[in-house]
Amino acid sequence: MPKRDDIRSILVIGSGPIVIGQACEFDYSGTQAVRALRREGYRVVLVNSNPATIMTDPELADATYVEPLTPDFLERIIERERPDAILPTVGGQTAINLALALSERGVLERRNVRLIGANEHAMRLAEDRDLFKKAMLEIGAEVPRSERARSLAEAERIAKEIGLPLVIRPSFTLGGSGGGVARTAADFKKIVQNGLLESPSHEVLIEESVEGWKEFELEVMRDHADNVIIVCSIENFDAMGVHTGDSITVAPQMTLSDRQYQAMRDEAKAVIRKVGVDTGGSNIQFAVEPKTGRRVVIEMNPRVSRSSALASKATGFPIAKIAALLAVGYTLDEIPNDITKKTPACFEPSLDYVVVKIPRWTFEKFPRADARLTIQMKSVGEAMAIGRTFPEALGKAVRSLEIGRDGLDDGQPPLEREALLEKLEEPTAERLFHVRRAFIAGMDVADVAGHTRIDPWFLDGVRRIVETEESFAGRALAEVPGEDLRAAKRLGISDRALARKMGVAELDVRGRRRALGIAPVYKTIDTCAAEFEASTPYFYSTYEDENESIRTEKPKVVILGGGPNRIGQGIEFDYCCVHACYALSEAGFETVMVNCNPETVSTDYDTSDRLYFEPLTFEDVACVLDNERPDGVLVQFGGQTPLKLARALEAAGYPIWGTSPESIDLAEDRGRFGRLLGELGLAAPPHAEARNLEEAVEAGRRIGYPLVVRPSYVLGGRAMAVVFDEALLSSYVAAAVASSGEHPVLIDRFLDDAVELDVDALCDGRETWIGGVQQHIEEAGIHSGDSFSVLPPWRIPPDLLAEIRDATRRLAVGLSVRGLVNIQFAIQHGKLYVLEVNPRASRTVPFVSKAIGVPMARAAALLAAGRPLASLGLPPERDPVDFFIKGPVFPFRKFPGEDVLLGPEMKSTGEVMGVSPRFGDAFAKACEAVGMRLPLSGRAFLTVNPYDKAAVVPIGRELADLGFALCATRGTLEALREAGIAAEPVFKVNEGSPNAVERMEAGEIQMIINTPLGRASHFDEAAIRAAALRLSIPCLTTLSAATAAVEGIRSRQEEATGVAPLQEYHRG
Amino acid sequence: MKGLLVLEDGAVYRAEAIGRPGTSFGEIVFNTAMSGYQEILTDPSYAGQIVVMTAAHVGNYGVRDEEAESSKVHVAGFVARDFPALWSGSGGERSLAEYLDENGILGLHGLDTRSLVRRIRSLGAMRAGLSTEIDDPEELRRRVLESPPMVGSDLALSVSPSERRLARGGKGRKKFRVAAVDYGMKRHIVRLLQEGSCRVEIFPATASAEEILDSRPDGIFLSNGPGDPAALPGPIRTIERLCRTAKPIFGICLGHQLLGLALGAKTFKLKFGHRGANHPVKDLQRGHVAITSQNHGFAVDASALPGDVEATHVNLNDGTLEGFRHRTLPILAAQFHPEAAPGPHDANVLFHGFLEAMGRARS
Repeated sequence: MPKRDDIRSILVIGSGPIVIGQACEFDYSGTQAVRALRREGYRVVLVNSNPATIMTDPELADATYVEPLTPDFLERIIERERPDAILPTVGGQTAINLALALSERGVLERRNVRLIGANEHAMRLAEDRDLFKKAMLEIGAEVPRSERARSLAEAERIAKEIGLPLVIRPSFTLGGSGGGVARTAADFKKIVQNGLLESPSHEVLIEESVEGWKEFELEVMRDHADNVIIVCSIENFDAMGVHTGDSITVAPQMTLSDRQYQAMRDEAKAVIRKVGVDTGGSNIQFAVEPKTGRRVVIEMNPRVSRSSALASKATGFPIAKIAALLAVGYTLDEIPNDITKKTPACFEPSLDYVVVKIPRWTFEKFPRADARLTIQMKSVGEAMAIGRTFPEALGKAVRSLEIGRDGLDDGQPPLEREALLEKLEEPTAERLFHVRRAFIAGMDVADVAGHTRIDPWFLDGVRRIVETEESFAGRALAEVPGEDLRAAKRLGISDRALARKMGVAELDVRGRRRALGIAPVYKTIDTCAAEFEASTPYFYSTYEDENESIRTEKPKVVILGGGPNRIGQGIEFDYCCVHACYALSEAGFETVMVNCNPETVSTDYDTSDRLYFEPLTFEDVACVLDNERPDGVLVQFGGQTPLKLARALEAAGYPIWGTSPESIDLAEDRGRFGRLLGELGLAAPPHAEARNLEEAVEAGRRIGYPLVVRPSYVLGGRAMAVVFDEALLSSYVAAAVASSGEHPVLIDRFLDDAVELDVDALCDGRETWIGGVQQHIEEAGIHSGDSFSVLPPWRIPPDLLAEIRDATRRLAVGLSVRGLVNIQFAIQHGKLYVLEVNPRASRTVPFVSKAIGVPMARAAALLAAGRPLASLGLPPERDPVDFFIKGPVFPFRKFPGEDVLLGPEMKSTGEVMGVSPRFGDAFAKACEAVGMRLPLSGRAFLTVNPYDKAAVVPIGRELADLGFALCATRGTLEALREAGIAAEPVFKVNEGSPNAVERMEAGEIQMIINTPLGRASHFDEAAIRAAALRLSIPCLTTLSAATAAVEGIRSRQEEATGVAPLQEYHRG
Repeated sequence: MKGLLVLEDGAVYRAEAIGRPGTSFGEIVFNTAMSGYQEILTDPSYAGQIVVMTAAHVGNYGVRDEEAESSKVHVAGFVARDFPALWSGSGGERSLAEYLDENGILGLHGLDTRSLVRRIRSLGAMRAGLSTEIDDPEELRRRVLESPPMVGSDLALSVSPSERRLARGGKGRKKFRVAAVDYGMKRHIVRLLQEGSCRVEIFPATASAEEILDSRPDGIFLSNGPGDPAALPGPIRTIERLCRTAKPIFGICLGHQLLGLALGAKTFKLKFGHRGANHPVKDLQRGHVAITSQNHGFAVDASALPGDVEATHVNLNDGTLEGFRHRTLPILAAQFHPEAAPGPHDANVLFHGFLEAMGRARS
């Protein structure tokens, strides 16, 4: 059937900022969908609050709204654009929830907007566990026994009936947020209470536990002619009880017989039909009891998901793109398979390789968080690897994670049996490494399976790796026969791991391997196990005979991606890599992408001319470069991951394009960089480098406290801290040295009360073009990634801005930058300091590019390729007239017990952008987009540290002027009253009742200004911030943010907010 | 144990061997199904063929007697990237290696099966030899060139039973009497007919039309089987006679090809055949697409169908004929495997068509 012609314009809803459970897979999916719909001739209106996405590039959609993803803003956009339809299935749970909210408000009916892709009934059925359970029973599918509770008492009655252990799942939350498995009555009570609060509908599902069962997922697609296909089966390495987002997963499924698999497939078809997903992709999860084979349906998502992104990358079948085409009326047999071009998309991919995904966690950033893996997702990213066998894929996946492991050996000492068994029984980020330890300790597969509940088939794959790796211990490299080396490589064991076992250098193993002619070949991901010819060059390495990736004679450039998402290095860098690809492709180069993150746009086979899905280690990258022999390699777009490889790649003779590794080092080397600043007449805060404790203490005395300390060569302020005295410094240095290896600890004078600014610029070595100067709204000391920031700067004197621009030019040229450079400045008491220079793409490049309407990463790629700046046709430098404000999003809700406190170590997972002609309105939008709705009236609660008592007065006065009632704790209250501002007292938590938290819970407080004491967070303050988070009360923890918030409230009181597409802002 | 694989064109692969040591020859073909190796091994249609599985790991869930499609393994040899030593999963009884050994079959793994499959895809299915005894590739190749080719091979006669018998099993009231001609029939076909309330009597490929009709069948089923349909003139003549009785007839795979030939169509050999569990087949009447299980090296030529035969199903990958019916007589045929085993159950519904035809014929 041809596409629908009763629809002309379609609103696509994105998923918003990157949060745990919803990451850049939705940029990948949404971008595919928007492209496909536009190619079909529809007018596409896009809304997403996240500027660091490819989907919000103004050329992608017809109208691009970077606005908060709230029903209010969606309604404004719908009124302005009057779309005929909404596609809510490519923007995660966020988009589904928004679509349902719009329907409830009657907006869809009023404006005559249809939902396409999934209807309301299907979305509700899939979300509402009671309805879902009933529907499953109607089609004869089994589900775990369960009942729903709206109160603790009700929950406890249900618990008595079903019996512990039990699973608690709050309704309508992301990534299982707020849920858990309870094995004891005490746990049960705690989890239920938390779940009731987390759920927007205040209800939880109490369910029979299927912990320890095997877990499977099927990615299912259906068209409106009722053709159904299974795109991919996925089996979880970790048994039920660990959220699938936190599980190691394997595709295709490995341990079901065809009979069992087909029965599951039949059930999946019945489920998608019953739920009523007319068109599009769904993800259906099953649990299978390992001994009896009893199967239950766990859940279904009537939309594209993280798993569908994984499945798309794992199979070469573009689920989101096809889903978009099905939504507008095509049937599966009418759509060609992109990869073969000749066969239709109506088939089921066959895999002749194995795909392994391993999640990437960042517990090191949240030391107080519970590191056990449960049904609530905690990982922030993932790496995927492809091999011809499971062991090979697993080995590649482990080294793709970039967690300092080159294989399964974590370098930790052996454990006593008791301790080891405990580690095996408890799922954590480290369990895979303990499985190795168990094999080394002589445990057999059955024993390890009994303790871990991991299927013996997978464990035997791990055992094969461990045994082979161990067999190299103490051997002399020169005597290792080629056959043995090849066998190890075929099991995915890295050169580094072999080198370590034999006590030699990685390059020695590489040398020996190459001398013996042992190099990987590249096989194609072709959807059909070689049955048909593939026209899409999408490759993975393996150690076999035939190489399918034949080098072309075109001029070519390799772009190294950023690897798995983590805090500090995420979608922003992928955005830059993708733009570099686009630019170089347009400039006539063949672009070759290397990356291992399945969530990204960069690993879409449509993005580059050739795609290698490979780990970003020296070994794997060098092998790709040997196969491609490119004219240049770009390392400056993917963040620290490729940058860390630059030196070694250059030394091995590969051509690094752009700013030289030498300059990158110069910017990192405090001594040399200090001299450069001196030559340029620029100031840096007093600083030093220390390689040990003595040097650190000496430096501290010389520079004076407070100090900012951090290890060199890290991203996102990993392990960065502000220390106020020698004792704190000493304890810090020990840890920091461990974190950064051989690199020194950097020590800087901390500039208190300073304003920080970030500049992103382009340079060709001679000329510099400044993209934008952003001002951080939070003061210095808060990591730039965690601070609200505004472009153009707000209330900075013009002479200082001119000084900043001048310093930027001198630094960029001084460092011979060829491409992007990011410089952080601070202004303290009217004096300009250079904090750091990063001669590479920065996290803020997408935000700045969106604000100024110039894709800077594209220009940077051309500069790296040797084009002069003057040839790029960039517009004249100028600040935008409107305000673009970036707001950070934090994962604190996922880590109960972790204090909601900002510091020099980055903790945010994502960002949003608020846009408006008025600063205050832009700030209010950014707040709303991160889920913090500024109140227009009510009561503000002020409690600030002694240093802020004077500065809080004008804020209090303004709030009073804006009609707010004020309340404050004792010290703050006195400061306000002395200034003649009326305020009522509030008890601190330990001072009596009703105290601050109780008043918050009673709904008597609409806004909080709480500046922490700096050093360690006081118990009382932590309780207030935790309550604010739980109750979604805006809580501002710096006075500068509070000032911006007051401005936001004023702006909103004066004039209602509005919406406009980016295209309109740029036109002006 | 090391093994050697040599193809007719001279390609040589050396790898690890499992199963029964020895030497065997056959047409080398590949199957893209990701599960169901046991059903494939025991499908008599694979007689005379060395089967290369494209899936990375084969043997993961062991072997279960109840999942066999016939009483023994029929492939001439079995090849995969990896036969893991350990198997797991509920209901498994023994390992694939043990099973191959018991059945006297040689398996080869550890080789670059993808390059092998790409070779078969581009050059076509061809003869090959597999050995743990002959180490000289040239010698093995000479022996390969002496082995019989698939075109003109009447393998069906060698896997067909010698006597007629009543199929055991099947519960409940029997509504229809089905005479099933067994050219190498898979057990699951019988099972599905029995589930459809059929009493199934099985006949050898050489049974005459009279013998078959003597059993007073409501319908006649023509099974799958190995080899070249055109090499079976006897069975084709029998089918011609059966067609004239106007009894409902249903053919699958080889049965489909034989029916086609009996009705005046032509068959030809596909370059490398269709073997797998993911082939899209469009039902031309309903417009619906089924993902089907397939295993055939020959096909009925869609461009030369007689006037009274109408195409009902087409393969969306290459446009070849996947099913037809007679315009006036109750004759249905499918090239693919609606019984699945292994593979998706999407096309099970075809059996209903046969049952309905029998119902109509009776009333």
